[in-house]
Amino acid sequence: MLDISPTEWTAILLSLRVATIATLVATPIGIGVAWLLARRDFWGKAFVDALIYLPLVLPPVVTGYLLLLTFGRRGLVGAWLADHLGIVLAFRWTGAALACGVMSFPLLVRPIRLSIEAVDRRLEQAAATLGAAPWRVFLTVTLPLALPGVLAGMVLGFAKAIGEFGATITFVSNIPGETQTISSAIYSLIQTPDGDTAALRLVLVSIFIATAALLASELFARRATQRLHGN
Amino acid sequence: MLRVDIAKQLGDFTLEADFTSEGRVTGLFGASGAGKTSLINMIAGLVKPDRGTIALDGETLDDSAAGVHVSPHRRRIGYVFQDARLFPHLDVRANLDYGRRMNGLADDPAQRQRVIELLDIGGLLDRRPGKLSGGERQRVAFGRALLSKPKLLLLDEPLGALDEDRKREILPYLVRLRDEAGIPMVYVSHDAAELRQLATQIVMLKGGRITAFGGVKVLTP
Repeated sequence: MLDISPTEWTAILLSLRVATIATLVATPIGIGVAWLLARRDFWGKAFVDALIYLPLVLPPVVTGYLLLLTFGRRGLVGAWLADHLGIVLAFRWTGAALACGVMSFPLLVRPIRLSIEAVDRRLEQAAATLGAAPWRVFLTVTLPLALPGVLAGMVLGFAKAIGEFGATITFVSNIPGETQTISSAIYSLIQTPDGDTAALRLVLVSIFIATAALLASELFARRATQRLHGN
Repeated sequence: MLRVDIAKQLGDFTLEADFTSEGRVTGLFGASGAGKTSLINMIAGLVKPDRGTIALDGETLDDSAAGVHVSPHRRRIGYVFQDARLFPHLDVRANLDYGRRMNGLADDPAQRQRVIELLDIGGLLDRRPGKLSGGERQRVAFGRALLSKPKLLLLDEPLGALDEDRKREILPYLVRLRDEAGIPMVYVSHDAAELRQLATQIVMLKGGRITAFGGVKVLTP
């Protein structure tokens, strides 16, 4: 049954690549945003907070369409990127990574923010009295202590990115070998006569990836907690 | 020389303090709620006074009229907190080394050895703070502050969280610290006996105001 065809392999590898890139690019941004929301008060904070959670509550097709309007070849940002940097996102796998990154961003940010909020500010004060500038306090105290939350956010974001469908198919379509991820491949297969077996194979693969990701996150979190509190 | 002349409104509570201290150990004495911790948090730069000045050895750290407020990390003022506040993710060795690294100071093995021996913490170096007793944690906190080579050391009831036996265990180290480390200290306590042993000068604080200032004899009612 698990006789995976080359087309299916392509979709699986593409999904992994898209989700990995999306997570790796979104994590530093997510850490920055989480820190701002957890530790700083600024004008428009409630707005930023709402904006980040928007992809979670909007229909994915809406997010995808907004991405197409913004990052498409004729979009405001898309045209600029294409003309000046030669970067095209629409209908490319990189665009799929962008869509997945945006869609998974709220899930990535939330655990990181909560774990930064949970870091004892008195430890940060102690670091300051020992001569650490704010950015070094962040790198040597806040971030290491928030590490379990960062890992949890990364895994959650990765899992969401692997499964993302609506925004991706709207923004970059469903092109085998370029933008056809596991989800879009399953969608195509279901609509094809005799596609059931192949669809089921990909369903099993996605269950496997999701389970592996969750187990890995559990393991990371346990290791990190041990490292922080044990000897 | 530490020169403090500040005012700070904290809710309903007004803190006003004006003193100059040249002693080796300035004891800040008062009941809880007298404003002791707020006062040394201002000296450390963690809290900004509403108005007034703070200067250490002629260097202005705070001057509200001139808009000066030096950040805590630039003050070179060490701080030993009541609750130690060791970094839980670093072992004792890395905790001790933290201030030296952050201040970009050259490695000084002789000084480190002296402090480790003074505080008798050589056997703890590879442990994490979670595996230390309260007294051990506090000794490491002294060492960590000392090794950042501060110009002034603030101690906020460093024995407050310890039981009587632990206090008796730590006090001799503090006396040695005073006599051998050569760093002026501000020592906060509500325990007159403790201050009689350690302080060379007393600032008595009550309800946010200084009510007495002078030698340790001001502690005698």
